[in-house]
Amino acid sequence: MDYETPEDLLYTEDHEWLRRETEQADEVTIGITDFAQEQVGDVVYLELPADGTALTAGAPFGEIESAKTVAELFAPVSGELVASNAELEDRPELVNESPYGDGWIVRVRVSDAAELDGLMDAEAYRAQLPED
Amino acid sequence: MLTQLTLRERHLELGARFAPFAGWEMPLQYEGIVAEHRAVRERVGVFDVSHLARAWVEGPEAAELLRSVTTFDVTSLAAGKAHYSLYCNETGGIEDDVFIYHLPGDRWLVIHNAANADADFERLRAVAGGAASEVTPETVMLAVQGPDAVRLLGSVLGEGFAALEPRDCAELRWQGTSVLVARTGYTGEDGGECIVPAGHAQALWDALIAGGAAPAGLGARDSLRLEAALPLHGNDIDATTHPYEAGLGFAVTLDDGAPFTGREAMVQAKAEPRARRLAHLAARARGVLRAGYELREPGGDCALAVLTSGGHSPSLRIGIGMAYLPTDLAATGTMLEVDVRGRALPVEVVRRPFYRKPKG
Repeated sequence: MDYETPEDLLYTEDHEWLRRETEQADEVTIGITDFAQEQVGDVVYLELPADGTALTAGAPFGEIESAKTVAELFAPVSGELVASNAELEDRPELVNESPYGDGWIVRVRVSDAAELDGLMDAEAYRAQLPED
Repeated sequence: MLTQLTLRERHLELGARFAPFAGWEMPLQYEGIVAEHRAVRERVGVFDVSHLARAWVEGPEAAELLRSVTTFDVTSLAAGKAHYSLYCNETGGIEDDVFIYHLPGDRWLVIHNAANADADFERLRAVAGGAASEVTPETVMLAVQGPDAVRLLGSVLGEGFAALEPRDCAELRWQGTSVLVARTGYTGEDGGECIVPAGHAQALWDALIAGGAAPAGLGARDSLRLEAALPLHGNDIDATTHPYEAGLGFAVTLDDGAPFTGREAMVQAKAEPRARRLAHLAARARGVLRAGYELREPGGDCALAVLTSGGHSPSLRIGIGMAYLPTDLAATGTMLEVDVRGRALPVEVVRRPFYRKPKG
């Protein structure tokens, strides 16, 4: 199966993506990848922390529930949560329909930009996706 | 080693993702659980349920033999009728829930849950001896469910199916073979179930798919049966629960006086006030209920019960579940709380079923 992996994003081993915001250089938008949404299945609910919550790279910060399972969301970088996608409250299926667009999950103000250097580019992420 | 379905290749071609279930490799989903769920609620879906164990009990004694091991008075069941029943133990605990088809010529087909297949067949063999035989591997069982299911089955199988009323069963001739059909299912929708010889299974599956049925897997089967508040043996009912507290009194006949395994316990249970009942719970805030989560009174810290089933209802777009609650807390409208991994989710006791198909 071919999964979409946009070139302009950064990726994690937990199948999350980060987009650096151009107008706010220290902020990133975070979501789950096309592969992840396919694996998780129909997303029916997201449990996300309040704006202002401090996130620690590698620690769980929220949960994503699908029709069949629940998975933890891990913070790919440390920082402060500045927004979560309010649209997902009524339309959690956007995570499946548009994982890199309207299905974005949170926006984070990064506290240590050096952490971004440890993430994968699209090519490296594609290389570690399981072949199916 | 998992048993593979006869139609495995067909499922793969349709994009099935498999999961082990009771020793079988079963399609969990194809397009996605929610899409398959909606297809069944709005149109028609087809499930390969060949994992359900199928056994015959035949001969003039068959009805009496079955009566001695099941709770429902099957001797009252006319030829051409099917009914839900239970195998109970001496203390009234539910060893399995079953569907019994009475076919003409003293032939009785019993459908068992896959997980209990061996014990159930032993139970039949113990009372019926050589009159009991298993047919699971030689046949394929398909469930066709949804508002368009009866029309689709009628167009594929012909007038013989179109003539059936709900809970009727019959043996039809189709493409030179014999197909057992019944107007039964496990989704809360109208529809039917077909048992076809393995050699004809692909042709029947292909005709149903070509006729517009969406392939549907165990994921949607579970969310559909949960919305319909149909219990799952091993989750909501088991050897420690009795039929009355599970709301399954309709499957127990006591007034014919006939003996059956567990009758004394059931007579007693029926006469006593019920200490607990299987309650139906609807989440009143966003969140998903799952089997195993604990229930407590609002603000309380003592677990009252554990959810026996739980999930997200695609039709209602809320979390739903079931649990055995003390009778005084099982009244409709009671507000309780479920511990969702440390977060308190308010739930309300509601009437079953969670979802009822629109009339018309």
